[in-house]
Amino acid sequence: MHEMGIAMQVVEIAAASIPEHLKNSRVQGVYLKIGKLSSVVPDSLRFCFDIVSKDSAIAGATLYIEEIPVTALCKSCDNHWTITGPAFSCPGCGSGKIVLISGQELDISSIEIEDDSNGEQNSANA
Amino acid sequence: MEIKVVRKVLDVNNTMAALNRKLFTDEKVFVLNVMSSPGSGKTTMLGKTISRLMPDVRTAVIVGDVSTTNDADRLAKTGAPVVQVNTDAFGGDCHLAAHVIAKAAENFTLADVDLLIVENVGNLVCPAEFDIGEDAKVVVLSVTEGEDKPLKYPLMFRVCDAAVLNKIDLLPYLEYDKDEAVRNIVQIHPGIPVFEISARTEDGMESWVIWLKEKVKEKLKP
Repeated sequence: MHEMGIAMQVVEIAAASIPEHLKNSRVQGVYLKIGKLSSVVPDSLRFCFDIVSKDSAIAGATLYIEEIPVTALCKSCDNHWTITGPAFSCPGCGSGKIVLISGQELDISSIEIEDDSNGEQNSANA
Repeated sequence: MEIKVVRKVLDVNNTMAALNRKLFTDEKVFVLNVMSSPGSGKTTMLGKTISRLMPDVRTAVIVGDVSTTNDADRLAKTGAPVVQVNTDAFGGDCHLAAHVIAKAAENFTLADVDLLIVENVGNLVCPAEFDIGEDAKVVVLSVTEGEDKPLKYPLMFRVCDAAVLNKIDLLPYLEYDKDEAVRNIVQIHPGIPVFEISARTEDGMESWVIWLKEKVKEKLKP
């Protein structure tokens, strides 16, 4: 529901992550990890990202989203499993004392920048 | 070439929330983030709660709504200081972010406040995602909503420390399976306390207020 705000943050962080000496290189991709328990809809986020990034330092970049499954660890029996439905107790022993290991991510993992050599070639050709 | 970034998208909010948490801890203020869908009776429930807390627990309220000051006007009648935040000034946001709370809290003399209640924007999706620097999160739902709400909004019920099931006075008129609703809440969050109340008749209010008072006392004890 707040994908536009999220997209703005993503663009801001990605633009700020471009190293100084590569400021003139094109950012080709932004890699995100989104947990399935987070309330972000990937398609909406891509849509907003395209709008927000258009007039930014990362114009033309593609957003790559890796969806992270919800996994949990049982504190009672050490069982480790992937939660696929809305049930948060251990399928092994039935305990509700569980720790969520993954599934709530909303992280930028990396950005892909056009290679230096290409950048120089391109500007030489231009 | 790949440049590692590894940053949380909500870093800015999380940093602000951490600052809020430090401020509220230094000032000895317990912060309660109250969330719900629209129309769950959250404002009535909070009004009745505050009346039972004051003057023992000095309470202040931040009310978030996309627009209007109706909720703030209703809560001001309890005598508690109230600040209304209309999120349309921030782009019609669907939740209160940490920086909004920091700004709104400037309106209170925190030394005179034991409990700061934040009535979040009515929405079961986004507020669950945004840390505001609170000590506890509570979700309010009512028996006029579906029994399966917890299953539809698992993150909300997962992150909350307590759930309030409101409007139980209407149960005789509804085909609502209250036990199933409670089962669904506990399925998402085993062990979560669930308070069945009617804010209108004040049925069940006592145990909810005791729970809240205990929480506040725990934080404020020297």
